[in-house]
Amino acid sequence: MPSIRRLCLTASIVAACILATGLAAAGAASAAEAQIAVAANFAAPMKALIRRFEADTDHSVRASFGSTGKLYAQIKNGAPFGVLLAADQERPALLEQEGLGVPGTRFTYAVGTLVLWSAEPGVIGDGAALLRAGDFDKLAIANPRLAPYGEASVQTMDALGVKAALEPKLVMGESIAQTYQFVATGNAEAGLVALSQVMRDGESARGSGWIVPGDLHEPIRQDALILDRGRDNAAVNALFEYLKGEKARAVIRDFGYRMD
Amino acid sequence: METLVSAADLEAIILTLRLAAATTLILFVVGTPIAWWLSRTRSRWKAPVGAVVALPLVLPPSVLGFYLLVSMGPKGPVGWLTQSLGLGLLPFTFWGLVVGSVLYSLPFMVQPVQNAFEAIGERPLEAAATLRASPLDRFFTVALPLSLPGFVTAGILTFAHTVGEFGVVLMIGGNIPGVTRVASVQIYDHVEALEYGDAHRLAAILLVFSFLVLLALYAWRPDRGRR
Amino acid sequence: MIYADIRVEWPGFTLDVNERLPARGVTALFGHSGSGKTTLLRCIAGLEHGAVGRLSFNGAIWQDAGTWVPTHRRPIGYVFQEPSLFPHLTVLGNLRYGQRRSRDQDTRNARFSLEHAVELLGIGHLLKRKPAALSGGERQRVGVARALAVSPRLLLMDEPLAALDVARKQEILPYLERLHDDLEIPVLYVSHAPDEVARLADHLMVMDAGRVLASGPLSQILSRLDLPIRLGEDAGVVLDGEVAERDERWHLLRVACCSASLWVRDTGAAIGDHARIRILARDVSITHAPKTGTSILNTLPARVLSLGDDAHPALSLVKLDLAGSPVLARVTRRSAEQLGLTPGLEVWIQIKAVALL
Repeated sequence: MPSIRRLCLTASIVAACILATGLAAAGAASAAEAQIAVAANFAAPMKALIRRFEADTDHSVRASFGSTGKLYAQIKNGAPFGVLLAADQERPALLEQEGLGVPGTRFTYAVGTLVLWSAEPGVIGDGAALLRAGDFDKLAIANPRLAPYGEASVQTMDALGVKAALEPKLVMGESIAQTYQFVATGNAEAGLVALSQVMRDGESARGSGWIVPGDLHEPIRQDALILDRGRDNAAVNALFEYLKGEKARAVIRDFGYRMD
Repeated sequence: METLVSAADLEAIILTLRLAAATTLILFVVGTPIAWWLSRTRSRWKAPVGAVVALPLVLPPSVLGFYLLVSMGPKGPVGWLTQSLGLGLLPFTFWGLVVGSVLYSLPFMVQPVQNAFEAIGERPLEAAATLRASPLDRFFTVALPLSLPGFVTAGILTFAHTVGEFGVVLMIGGNIPGVTRVASVQIYDHVEALEYGDAHRLAAILLVFSFLVLLALYAWRPDRGRR
Repeated sequence: MIYADIRVEWPGFTLDVNERLPARGVTALFGHSGSGKTTLLRCIAGLEHGAVGRLSFNGAIWQDAGTWVPTHRRPIGYVFQEPSLFPHLTVLGNLRYGQRRSRDQDTRNARFSLEHAVELLGIGHLLKRKPAALSGGERQRVGVARALAVSPRLLLMDEPLAALDVARKQEILPYLERLHDDLEIPVLYVSHAPDEVARLADHLMVMDAGRVLASGPLSQILSRLDLPIRLGEDAGVVLDGEVAERDERWHLLRVACCSASLWVRDTGAAIGDHARIRILARDVSITHAPKTGTSILNTLPARVLSLGDDAHPALSLVKLDLAGSPVLARVTRRSAEQLGLTPGLEVWIQIKAVALL
């Protein structure tokens, strides 16, 4: 009978649809997506980490890179990030206080290393001596008001007693990325940048540099925080655990960061 | 009572106005011949040159800023030129910003002036030629006065656009107080440093300024005063 | 003498002229729009940069293979169809614009003072106004005065009346006639209006499709029957003569042309004045014998020279010799046949209306 046959057909289609939907829902439960905000200086290691993380798990990650200040303003105004990987400790702590983060999740995922760097090989040998001599036209640093690397740069110059002498030669990048750009294009002969920017595969990629000893400035602790929006996201939680793991720490170290 | 703006903000505002004034003046000199050529030529280069002039309208400032940073750097052609002329390097200097702003605001000067030149047509210039005026004479005594409204528009737009300029300055400025830290960069810094109150004050000043400038532009009718 | 051997080629249009024009009096360049008359004028002014050939004025070469005198160095005055005054200058500013610049070049032989131009065109009361505050006719008068104020050796006028309505035209024509009488400089006058040509021209050059069809003294060209330029209702001739007698009682003037005499309405002209009269072909009729008992004042003996076609197949144009001057008459073909009009036939012509221009 045509009517019965049609009924059977309809039933089987409905069943298939329900099954497919159920499967899709199940898949979503195990493979989630994390949307994260990452400080610009950590862009290169983060990309490497995401590749590995996505290969090791079913989750996927969408990362936005920017200055910590801008990311903070965006999060305060409703940006849909599940995680913040900041360049400092201050902003994640603020977000935690303001109730925009998940309390207790904040931890230091990396400690930045400052390097006095020049795009020209052979320019920088003993960096401290060079800074004391002031034998250059322009020195690029990150804006100390905005970037932790900038703050550390000022502390370093202070510790070496050359801050006042170097003041007229300073040019400031809005972020550590822009500071690197000033030096990389040769417009500033030297600059205090993040070691992660000049390291490729565990070694300095080009130019010449001097790693600023850690005792010349406060450690540049970079904190991560799970945000309100990422509270129940499986991918966010998995990524967070992954960052704390030894595998990730090795990658981060390779990019020129210290670890606590 | 707290003053409306801090000394640093005031310095940034004054620097911004100086930059806009210098850029506008230079563009009057540089943009006018380009606009004149574009309005009169039948050369096959007209379209390419017009497109190059218009590029800053569509290019992200970061592209222009990046190319400027590279080309004005020690290994770039402009940097090589300025160095061999004994001028040093342009990035991180006021005049470097002026060069960047001139390029970035070029279409805001050239296009209104070009339109004004085109609107004159050939006839008044032909009439001037039959009245013994040489080409240069015709340009200054006929073309310029007749396109005055276009120049006013172009000047206001260029000035206002330079005041609002951010991306290029950020790329080549180096944020030096009194030299390259203009108001838009100062606002950016305030925002980044979470000084939202300062950011608001300075941003409001720029907003009101820009509105007043554009209001003047739209309210001003060149033919109203002429009758 | 103006010698122009000029070629201009544009898509769909070629101007090809090789002509000598007299460097005195008013020469009308006459033709339909698109005939190339304005283009030729612009070539003479040096405004057409695509023009090739040779151009000289009274022996001075303005253009040839290796020479190009730019417009601002040619001693011309130019009146455009639209007055093209500078809107940012007052009337006086407009007049002085050219006058000042021409002084450097022509100090010694300034043929024309600014005051003279102002007076001739009657614009003394307008000097402080801006062009926007002038009527169309006033603007064109300023345009003419401005061209004269540079003391040109050659005045070029491109349909100065074409953009004006009839009333404005009537306002300006008298000024242009004064120019014709006052001015010692040659004028090239582009027009497509037969009445302007009849009133102003001494010499006529007829153009069509970029070529010169005919060129010569006005009456000679106007009376030619072989020109494809059809003046239609305006076909007719122009005669130059002198006011010989005034009839106070009937308000008439007798104008002596060659050895003939014509009575016209008294326009107030003085005895001995130069007088130009226009006789339209449609106002001339032909008889075998002088008629009496007619209202027509002017009945004169003439000789048939030739017969030609007219615009309508019922009509023909007859060219006659009136005491040495050519006259055209428009008659029906049937009348021509009945009268037996053939070249050489002695007839009488009745002229219904004679306009003293």
